[in-house]
Amino acid sequence: MPKDGIGASTVRREDVRFLTGKGRYTADINLRHQTYAVFCRSDVAHGRINGIDTAAAMAMPGVLAIMTGADFVAMGGNPAGWHIPSRDGSAMREPKRPVLAHGKVRHVGDAYAIVVAETLEQARDAAGAVDADITELDAIVDMAAAVANPGHRVHDEIDGNLAFDWGWIEDNRAAVDAAFAAAPHVTTLELVNNRLAPNALETRASIGDYDAGTGDYKLYTTSQNPHLSRLLISAFVMGIPENKLTVVAPDVGGGFGSKIYHYGEEAAVLAASKALERPVKWVADRSEAFLSDAHGRDHVTKIQLALDKQGNFLALRTETLANVGAYLSNFSTATPTFLHGTLMAGPYRTPLVYVNVKAVFTNTAPVDAYRGAGRPEATYSIERVVDKAAHELGMDPLAIRRQNFIQPDQYPYQTPVGLVYDTGNYNATLDKMIELGDIAGFEGRAAASKAKGKLRGIGYSTWVEACGIAPSNLVGVLGARVGLYDAATVRVNATGNISVMTGAHSHGQGHETVFPQIVADMLGIPAASVDIVHGDTSKIPFGMGSYGSRSLSVCGTAITKAVDKIIAKGKKIAAHMLEAAEGDIVFADGKFSVTGTDKAKSFGEIAFSAYVPHNYPLETLEPGLEETAFYDPANFTYPAGAYACEVEIDPDTGKVTVESFTCADDFGNVINPMIVAGQVHGGVAQGIGQALLENVAYDAQGQLLSGSFMDYAMPRADDLPFYTVDHSCNTPCTHNPLGVKGCGEAGAIGTPPAVINAVVNALQRGGHTSITHIEMPVTPSRVWAAMNS
Amino acid sequence: MTKITMTVNGKTVSGEVEGRTLLSGFLREELGLRGTHIGCDTSQCGACAVHLDGQLVKSCAVLAMDAAGGSVTSIEGMQNADGSLSVIQAAFQEHHGLQCGFCTPGMVMATAALLKLNPKPSEHDVRHHLEGNICRCTGYHNIVKAVMAASGQDVSAIAAE
Repeated sequence: MPKDGIGASTVRREDVRFLTGKGRYTADINLRHQTYAVFCRSDVAHGRINGIDTAAAMAMPGVLAIMTGADFVAMGGNPAGWHIPSRDGSAMREPKRPVLAHGKVRHVGDAYAIVVAETLEQARDAAGAVDADITELDAIVDMAAAVANPGHRVHDEIDGNLAFDWGWIEDNRAAVDAAFAAAPHVTTLELVNNRLAPNALETRASIGDYDAGTGDYKLYTTSQNPHLSRLLISAFVMGIPENKLTVVAPDVGGGFGSKIYHYGEEAAVLAASKALERPVKWVADRSEAFLSDAHGRDHVTKIQLALDKQGNFLALRTETLANVGAYLSNFSTATPTFLHGTLMAGPYRTPLVYVNVKAVFTNTAPVDAYRGAGRPEATYSIERVVDKAAHELGMDPLAIRRQNFIQPDQYPYQTPVGLVYDTGNYNATLDKMIELGDIAGFEGRAAASKAKGKLRGIGYSTWVEACGIAPSNLVGVLGARVGLYDAATVRVNATGNISVMTGAHSHGQGHETVFPQIVADMLGIPAASVDIVHGDTSKIPFGMGSYGSRSLSVCGTAITKAVDKIIAKGKKIAAHMLEAAEGDIVFADGKFSVTGTDKAKSFGEIAFSAYVPHNYPLETLEPGLEETAFYDPANFTYPAGAYACEVEIDPDTGKVTVESFTCADDFGNVINPMIVAGQVHGGVAQGIGQALLENVAYDAQGQLLSGSFMDYAMPRADDLPFYTVDHSCNTPCTHNPLGVKGCGEAGAIGTPPAVINAVVNALQRGGHTSITHIEMPVTPSRVWAAMNS
Repeated sequence: MTKITMTVNGKTVSGEVEGRTLLSGFLREELGLRGTHIGCDTSQCGACAVHLDGQLVKSCAVLAMDAAGGSVTSIEGMQNADGSLSVIQAAFQEHHGLQCGFCTPGMVMATAALLKLNPKPSEHDVRHHLEGNICRCTGYHNIVKAVMAASGQDVSAIAAE
């Protein structure tokens, strides 16, 4: 294995600063003459703002400015990034999402004012003195009720509370329905994909810094994609020219989707900074995070699978209500549609699929992409209904999956829901899972559990995801309003070390270690001489950031394209220096050589010559050695895997414990196996969290019941086991040069159904044969109630 | 405002605080020791953990005034005297026990406290001890592994790369 090139488990260089307290997150940044902002947030879920009296608060010590929604009326709204038309062809309904609420507040935590003071304490005190006259209106919380009572509106102009009613693929609907009508067996399941709080451990924070001398704005913010924030603030919300706005996302303490989006607080601190001509800093507390970060999931689905008597899948259809909350967050319209409906074939040959999704406005926080984003919802629905079908037909749950898998010789495989899988081998990952999970030994372990008075069960999930977001021309057809390529600049400095500017943002993924591994491998130089620059729009060419398991396959590929250009230019320089034809120069092991001779120049010599061009083809070639590449993927990538979960249930309490969890993943080629395993671990933990622990709960009035870590059950060390992970069964991606597929979301996608299938299996094996489903999170009370109903 | 004095990472320090100033705020804002992180407002997450007079505490749950006269060790005081990573810090790097790094200072401080009391903790001991420290990235697998490795135990049998 190479020491620090592709395939090496190189330890992370960024760890040293994080382990010694020298990480620099947004909240750690303090600017000269900085002021502090606190937001006033609605304590009712739905209300009409009659007026906001700020006089008393303005008179308090240290208060510098108070701005309300009225001050932002002239600004644009924060837009949805995808336009999703309805089945009848009508346009998506897109209410304006203002910087601060104006006219109405639409969820608990909806911000309606920003208070800025000399100190944080003064700002807090004054925020409590802002007097908002708000008439509370009936809250619309339950999705079914929101749809059933069209006159009762979250947005006054939207009758029926629907953003869209989407069919995928609408032209297939009749054929799907006909297949169901003729099917020998139909399995039906109604399920809830529970609402989750992403809860990156670092809360959101933003500092606006306006330079009155130049008219330049600078925003430090907790973002997974600073360029997209700049674009949204510039083009849609504030109208600041892009060349007058710099967005910096320094160290970011986790994202999981929730920091993809532009939030109103970012625009508010910029506007306040301009008004005061001083920096304005805001750091969310955890309560604000629960109230105002975009949540994830929250689907209510009816799924049906039609089969023949032998267990072959004939058709699949779903009806889903997807909660989008009070406003359309940036990815909220893509998540339940093109990141969900297009995955409903799963790894199976199901010939006919139809998906219907209604996106519902409610008086709750916006819902958007959370790790996996639509694909966990699809996978959960498919893998639960497949398990239920196997149970109904008396078939082995692994056999029914294997029998319906797309086969290795069928790629490229056109699914009936729009995607073309380029490669895969689902039998291989399933076999690996069976081996690593010692599935053959399950009955012995179950007997041991029984001897202790526990119920043991095993559950599986075999899944595929679409990652490497995304081919721009395809997503453009599907409704995306931006391109989803990425960019990189590789700057070879005169002394031979290298700066790589990448549009990916690293907030835990280890880019600072992994990207140099790739560059070092390509150039035959030590990884230590390569540094990554990310997270600053003034330093990097462009980028669409990190989400959708795209950093390596899209941003990493852009880096390889730029390195290719460096090598190509190096060959021209070497040909001149070695007095050979360019076509005779080969580059290998860090040296440019004349083929068939021992004449060679090292990479360092070529770099030096590019900057000190004394013996250089200046008449035909520019000096310098710096190249930029943009890369737009030809297709999504399709990671896939097979997961097995074993649980024990204590019948006295209903408590479920995960006894083992086995993952056999196909991520294509792997650059750093240690980091890939870590990504899977984290995703699995979030999946187990969804299945057993986590739930965002609102009461009927729209009050958030799970608004702190005391009420929202985050997975902790003693809730989880060691995991067994493997990614040796790899079928390299066919359309990017690294052959990589992405691994960041796999665990969160594949895990929840494996856990729930195991719980249902344990209950059925324990004699509770009438239990065919149990909703997430499977809390002890839910299990106990199911066992004793 | 009241002037307080304490020992932080071996140095005597002083500062002006309000009655409501938390030890976490004093460390971060008054002393500039920003490795102590704030991840919640209910003393649940453990990102702000430090040692006060040899005891593991959540610094968001201690008033700065109550720490006056005491001795505090924060993440900035955990390296070896020569600046190299301590055994615990090195184990976290070696075993990929951190991703975004935000919970990491608290994890390191909690680990140091555990190993002082229990030099060879079992997996169960580690998981139970870390119950007050939330990590959203790692799924705890490599954290538990790193803690056991830092205690000198052979972790090669624990799955992962």
